[in-house]
Amino acid sequence: MRFQLTEDQRALRSGVRELLARRFGPEQLRAAVEAPGRLQKGLWRELGEAGFFALRLPESQGGVGLGLPEAVLAFEEAGRALLPGPLVATHLAAAEVPGAATGETVVTDVGGCGLVEWLSAADVVRGDDGGAVPLRSVDPLTPLHRVPGTPSSPWAAEAPGADPAAVLLTAAEQLGSATRACELAAQHARTREQFGRPIGAFQAVKHLCAEMLVRTETARAAVYAAAVTADPADIDTARLLADDAAVRGARDCLQVHGGMGFTWEFEVHLHLKRAWVRTHRTSDATESEERLAAELLAGSG
Amino acid sequence: MDLAYTPDEEEFRARLREWLAKALPTLPPKPSPEDWPGRRAHDLGWQRMLHDAGYGDVHWDASPTLRLIFLEETEKAGAPYVGAGFVGLLHAGPTIAAEGTDEQRARWLPPILRGEEVWCQGFSEPDAGSDLAALRTRARRDGDDYVVSGSKIWTSHAEVADWCELLVRTDPDAPKHRGISWLAMPMDAPGITVRPLKTLAGTTEFAEMFLDEVRVPVANRVGEENDGWRVTMVTLSFERGTAFVGEVVACRRVLRELAAEARGNGRWDDPVLRRRLGRLNAEFRALWRLTQWNVSEAEAADGIPGVGGSVFKLRYSHARQELFDAAAEVLGPASLDLDRPWMSDRLSSLSYTIAAGTSQIQRNIVGERILGLPKER
Repeated sequence: MRFQLTEDQRALRSGVRELLARRFGPEQLRAAVEAPGRLQKGLWRELGEAGFFALRLPESQGGVGLGLPEAVLAFEEAGRALLPGPLVATHLAAAEVPGAATGETVVTDVGGCGLVEWLSAADVVRGDDGGAVPLRSVDPLTPLHRVPGTPSSPWAAEAPGADPAAVLLTAAEQLGSATRACELAAQHARTREQFGRPIGAFQAVKHLCAEMLVRTETARAAVYAAAVTADPADIDTARLLADDAAVRGARDCLQVHGGMGFTWEFEVHLHLKRAWVRTHRTSDATESEERLAAELLAGSG
Repeated sequence: MDLAYTPDEEEFRARLREWLAKALPTLPPKPSPEDWPGRRAHDLGWQRMLHDAGYGDVHWDASPTLRLIFLEETEKAGAPYVGAGFVGLLHAGPTIAAEGTDEQRARWLPPILRGEEVWCQGFSEPDAGSDLAALRTRARRDGDDYVVSGSKIWTSHAEVADWCELLVRTDPDAPKHRGISWLAMPMDAPGITVRPLKTLAGTTEFAEMFLDEVRVPVANRVGEENDGWRVTMVTLSFERGTAFVGEVVACRRVLRELAAEARGNGRWDDPVLRRRLGRLNAEFRALWRLTQWNVSEAEAADGIPGVGGSVFKLRYSHARQELFDAAAEVLGPASLDLDRPWMSDRLSSLSYTIAAGTSQIQRNIVGERILGLPKER
């Protein structure tokens, strides 16, 4: 058993991180927030060229030929950088929708909760988006439409299950976001001084940061394990832990930053809002909880 | 990233499983929690069997992955836990193995592995709990002996121990972390008084220990004089590495039993309860993965566990309490009956966020050592 990143996986992760830092750094992030609803097609194609969408396609089909663990690492970086767009839907369409693998075609889909991300910007919509109406999205970087008539109770037993790969890659984005929120909070707590000392010296602040790390690292183990096994119960586990780490992490990060955390300018609100969007992207958390409860009775745990 | 075990590891697992299937039915029944001499004999007898079968040193000489497999399989098979052997096998033993002289290793390690001697831990004091380095038990040099006076508390197994790993202050003028030494104190030395303490669970797991001019040979000091704090920290990190593997396996079994109980008594129809159990399933699955992650990290770092142990301990101790609270919810009013399953465990789980470093201290460690936050003072 060697449940640690390999050299190649480390290299891949830092490669994606460098690409995103170069092409989607703080300035581009701010610019994207000020131009809501506009997807940067140039960046999208560049991601395609870098293999972001074709990562798991076999080399014989022009793909990179890597697996779920590598895709999880790439999506973790995307989540960390708050990279906008229907990344998961396009990645999952790489084998079937022409142009998706190279980033020429932007693909979105109708999620399990009846929401469609980036409908107007997408070239292809998977699923029935008939009658979709825009809503005022909480996340400035994720335009949303609602499709009427989709299950009123998405966690009803008869509702079709979400694609496990979509659930896992979304969890990977949540993990990246949680990691970033923890870093931002710790960085601020180390440097911001009040009462003559860095606020991170106060246990009330220190313990908030420590809990963020604990949630993030526990979620990391769950997400990486699910990437290795692709087991449905592991994926449900990853999803619940990662949602929690991302949402609570962003809230705690906001709290550690005080008044600054409540401003439009500081990026933490974007992490929180995106984390909220991701919790409803594929299916409701209740579904995962119910499946994990049922698994206890199945006794295969 | 790989969760597959090597052929050697799988072979070890298969051999162990086979042996457990044969050995466990021959074990005498577990004595009552109140019967300390009985528990001592039982726990040491089990260790003796492990020793004779070739698994005696698996707690400190085996690779982290083999240790993980050993703890996983023994728990799954329903084998006894280390029990009274805890301090010897998981704490004092590894300390002596890492820091002791050849003579010290030859004297103390074999009896631990053969299940002949019980150790207890003399660390905490009435005024030195979370602030362990504030300990005041004095050891004054007199010829070839230290003369030790002071008092210790929360000393598990003290009643039945042969040896005590004792932290004493050998230099009262040095900064508090620098004047401490690590001694092996024979528990039959004159001047030791042990007074059992009753826990809130009603058992006498630990004790107070009063030391009045107890003579301990200087030769029983492990590590240099005044270097005891470093010696201790080496093993605390081991303790947080794999010490809870068996318990996580056990908690996952409890969860399945809880689900079956809830289905039987009708509580399963409550979606709020079901979702709570589903979340706990996620929690313990994740804790198992975190254990595998930490073990792999230790394996890569030549057996030295990383800081992941503190992360694990924080999360696990809380999850364990949540688990038994959920058990109480499944049982309803029957949870007030201590003869019902899990209800004694519910009481003992209350110690988890305190023992071996409170959650508050663990958060300081995580904040300061991992996140680089400044110390309060």
